[in-house]
Amino acid sequence: MSTEGPGEPSGVPWQDAQTEWLRADGQCCDVVMSSRVRLARNLAGFPFMPRASRADRRQILDLCRRKIVEIPGRERVVWVDLHTASTEQRTILVERHLISKQHARGKLSSGVGGPEEPRGVAFTSQSERLAIMVNEEDHLRIQSMRAGLALAEALAAADQADDALEATVDFAFDRRFGYLTACPTNVGTGIRLSVMLHLPGLRLRNELDKVKRAAAAMSLAVRGFYGEGSNAVGDLYQISNQTTMGKTEAVLLHELQNEILPQVIEYERASRRMLATRGGAVLKDRVHRSLGVLRHARLLAAEESMDLLSTLRLGIVLGIIDNIPERVANALLLLVQPGHLQRATGRPMDQDHRRGARADLVRTALAPYC
Amino acid sequence: MLCQCGEREATIHEVVIRNGRKSERHLCEVCAKLAGVDVASGTQPPRATIVQGPACDVCATTLAEFKHTGLLGCPACYRRFESQLSPLIERAHEGATHHVGKVPRRLLATLARAGSTESVLGDPTERAARLGLLRQQLEEAVNAEQYERAAKIRDEITRLADPTLGSSPLSERRGTEP
Repeated sequence: MSTEGPGEPSGVPWQDAQTEWLRADGQCCDVVMSSRVRLARNLAGFPFMPRASRADRRQILDLCRRKIVEIPGRERVVWVDLHTASTEQRTILVERHLISKQHARGKLSSGVGGPEEPRGVAFTSQSERLAIMVNEEDHLRIQSMRAGLALAEALAAADQADDALEATVDFAFDRRFGYLTACPTNVGTGIRLSVMLHLPGLRLRNELDKVKRAAAAMSLAVRGFYGEGSNAVGDLYQISNQTTMGKTEAVLLHELQNEILPQVIEYERASRRMLATRGGAVLKDRVHRSLGVLRHARLLAAEESMDLLSTLRLGIVLGIIDNIPERVANALLLLVQPGHLQRATGRPMDQDHRRGARADLVRTALAPYC
Repeated sequence: MLCQCGEREATIHEVVIRNGRKSERHLCEVCAKLAGVDVASGTQPPRATIVQGPACDVCATTLAEFKHTGLLGCPACYRRFESQLSPLIERAHEGATHHVGKVPRRLLATLARAGSTESVLGDPTERAARLGLLRQQLEEAVNAEQYERAAKIRDEITRLADPTLGSSPLSERRGTEP
């Protein structure tokens, strides 16, 4: 891999790349937006982040950056130093799921740290399929993303990046506890497998609690759009494993992909069919009303626009709306986020101005299809 | 801080809350033992709660700090606080006591060439424990007629039995991505 810097805050090259989770293709993409695998790793011989001095962090950052650049591969990699990046750049990276909110803030879950802590992220610039956070809660968080339901592919890519890094650095590993992580809830494999699901059918039929209960019974976590502690805006949910020790990566993948997801996907599809047949007129009305608001509103709040876009996406998938491509609805789910919106307008805005700019952006994006 | 014996440094700090009243003792290891404080487990059932137990020799993180933040200070903390962490880890990971799954490949290959994989795969007892766990999972999968899952567990058992093979269920599915 070769690296390029983030460039100037305006016209940053990676900002227009196609992000994987919006591609609207891949297996089961009517329900599964994307699949993601994250591996937590720490370098041997260094303290974990809570005990790492500024000098340690700097040394870990420099070492990891050098090693990441050496990973063999065709795709170019962008490196961003987050301690010097602007707030807008960090927000955009969070919105594109390339870094966590915690990494953007530079604070550990214990509240220690701040924006000036040395930390960074490297990611493949075109596909945004591979992202490696350095100095988050662990020294390295290797993340691999794929459109649709493709956990095995995502795991293979993360595994390969992990091997490439381990070829020249020693990871903290214990024969009993496995890969050692700052938080014991990630110890062992250090793996988090997750899928982002669009579940408007289950929400409209008030069936989400059943999914949450079934997931909890299998030690799986159900979270919102932007992970831990976030709301499920736009009917987007993430389901992921919580257990990381005592089972192999392959078994954890199998449990998520084969033992719960087929039921959730089928349950969502059945709910959609039910809505389309039994409540056909009601559903059509709801979809067209959403499109109407999106096409004509002059002020749109972020959460409102996400909910309207969710209903529009449902209408597109069910064929109620046939002249708007699914990828347009998906792209808008990202473009209405505050960071992306601010970038599109090229100036900082307060909340009121953002609502106006958001409505303008959505109207312009939908105009060619109406 | 000196122990109440006045001779040695106090390394055990005990806080006892009884009937709503708090009392503290600061003891060296010798006095703690004499007083019946269970130093190894960090607790003195049923009447004591040690909130400021021994510190990690490498990074000086204490158990109290870990309990407060949920984060450990360095890799050595896992062994230093092994007895206190084990029940917590078991609860968090559905009763798991040992890691199964990927091991660092280069490290394993280097050690396998030198004929000593114990430091990564554990001594015979630990390996037996790990194999036992996998065999139990295999049996459960077969009983539940989850054959695909059973095959994956069998792969892992084979790999663990002969680490020089170097292949794991992961490496078979490598993609083309860097």
